[in-house]
Amino acid sequence: MTFQTFIFYFFAGVLVASAICVITARNPVHAALFLVLAFFTSAGIWIQLQAEFLAIALVLVYVGAVMVLFLFVVMMLDINIARMRAGFWSYLPVGGAVAALLVLEMGFIVTGNYFGAEGAPAPDALPPGYSNTKELGRLLYTEYVYPFEIAAVILLVAIVAAIALTLRRRKTTRGMDVGEQVKVRREDRVRIVSMQPVRAGDEDAQKRGEA
Amino acid sequence: MEFLGTLEQFFGPTWPVVWTLAKIVAIVAPLMLAVAYLTLWERKVIGWIQVRIGPNRVGPRGLLQPIADGLKLLLKEIIVPSGANKFLFVIAPVMAIMPALAAWAVVPFSPQLVLSNIDASLLYILAITSMGVYGVIIAGWASNSKYAFLGAMRSAAQIVSYEIAMGFALVGVLMAAQSLNLGDIVHAQRGDFGLLNWFFIPLFPLFLTYLISGVAETNRAPFDVAEGESEIVAGFHVEYSGIAFAVFFLAEYANMILISTLCAIMFLGGWLSPFPAAIPVLGAPSAWWLILKLFLVVSSFLWFRATFPRYRYDQIMRLGWKVFIPVTLVWIIVLGAWMQTPLWIWWGTFE
Repeated sequence: MTFQTFIFYFFAGVLVASAICVITARNPVHAALFLVLAFFTSAGIWIQLQAEFLAIALVLVYVGAVMVLFLFVVMMLDINIARMRAGFWSYLPVGGAVAALLVLEMGFIVTGNYFGAEGAPAPDALPPGYSNTKELGRLLYTEYVYPFEIAAVILLVAIVAAIALTLRRRKTTRGMDVGEQVKVRREDRVRIVSMQPVRAGDEDAQKRGEA
Repeated sequence: MEFLGTLEQFFGPTWPVVWTLAKIVAIVAPLMLAVAYLTLWERKVIGWIQVRIGPNRVGPRGLLQPIADGLKLLLKEIIVPSGANKFLFVIAPVMAIMPALAAWAVVPFSPQLVLSNIDASLLYILAITSMGVYGVIIAGWASNSKYAFLGAMRSAAQIVSYEIAMGFALVGVLMAAQSLNLGDIVHAQRGDFGLLNWFFIPLFPLFLTYLISGVAETNRAPFDVAEGESEIVAGFHVEYSGIAFAVFFLAEYANMILISTLCAIMFLGGWLSPFPAAIPVLGAPSAWWLILKLFLVVSSFLWFRATFPRYRYDQIMRLGWKVFIPVTLVWIIVLGAWMQTPLWIWWGTFE
């Protein structure tokens, strides 16, 4: 076993174990953290496939941003685990059927009798100075430019829709106008008054100061 | 070199591991020393700004103060709060410091002096530093304390917001340098005019955005709502004591040094000299220039802390989403158009 196969099996083992923990963990926060671990180890496997851009983007987007927001929400929810577990047996047949179908489909691809994944040639060794990032960029902006742009527009629509659905303007909300705040000068807030010094108990002097 | 050959024979097949470990120690040990003395420098600088002397009792001129602090924290007991998740409570400080150290693997100190010269080092840095927030979130959640939890929530929202602006600032840098490799980014800033060739001139809005987002990402004042001692005591690390607290502290300062170094590399010409190359000695590139630049940037972090009051939470969100992201987006478009015209004169002189 070479060092690389060892690393692959290590990552693969951690990935499978953490993926199982995601669905078996009782605490949803633990499940989310196991999902983070699963993402991170699968990024490690992608690095071994020489897809360093995709691997780093996976860590950057999913581990660094998406899962942080996930955790943010999950931590604030008050989840009743007993209620979530109710009805487990009635859902089991449907869930089991879907799982069996998935295993069957994966088996078709992995065993290779039908798709020939086994017989697929290994990718050529990459020349030195080959940049994964540049290659992806070139493909996205030349060959796949229309699908890419359409995907971008769909995402934009989704953003606008999400904001439009949740944005409620209440009349009672009081906010600050930042422009107004910035416009304020010292003269609007402070007035300097010159007056005579006053000693305690010296009422005449106080009267003089007020006058 | 002959000495290295003898060592290589001695260690046999384990030599690559030993040699890499030695290089990692050679980076981490000075870094930890720098972190320790940055705490002293911070207390001194803030002291001077507030017309005080600062620490001056331990050792000559107070120079042994960080070591005394470290010893004190080492000897204190770590208290795990009741009802806390013990495993996550202990692992949170590790999660905080791990990215702060791992990012240094790709930081170039000079053209030859870099632990791992990978192709996409800028992306790597962005990905690794984005994981630093887990230390804060896990600490806040595992402490089983409302103050800590509030701090963690604030930190998560703040870091996710500012990471976008930071990422866009880096997009500008990689457009100007035409590379994701930090070494190549420095090379792209080389020219005959010294500091006029650096990227902080054409990318000035992005430079400011990066610097300010960097302050926010490291949870430093005036963006330290995650700690906010006036309202939530100490935020996410309120339940931590002893060495576990010290590790959070180290992570924060190591992150500050990291952000300053990246700022120096991407916008201030890295190891290049600010003087034109024609001037002897002063015009020569050297790792000392990098150290000088990162020292100046780090000192500005301390200056900010002593000068500005803490931002209110909604002001932080407004600044991140409504000011920085539009500024960076507009400047990326301006930059793209500018680079297509002959007015763009920052093509680096690669050798």
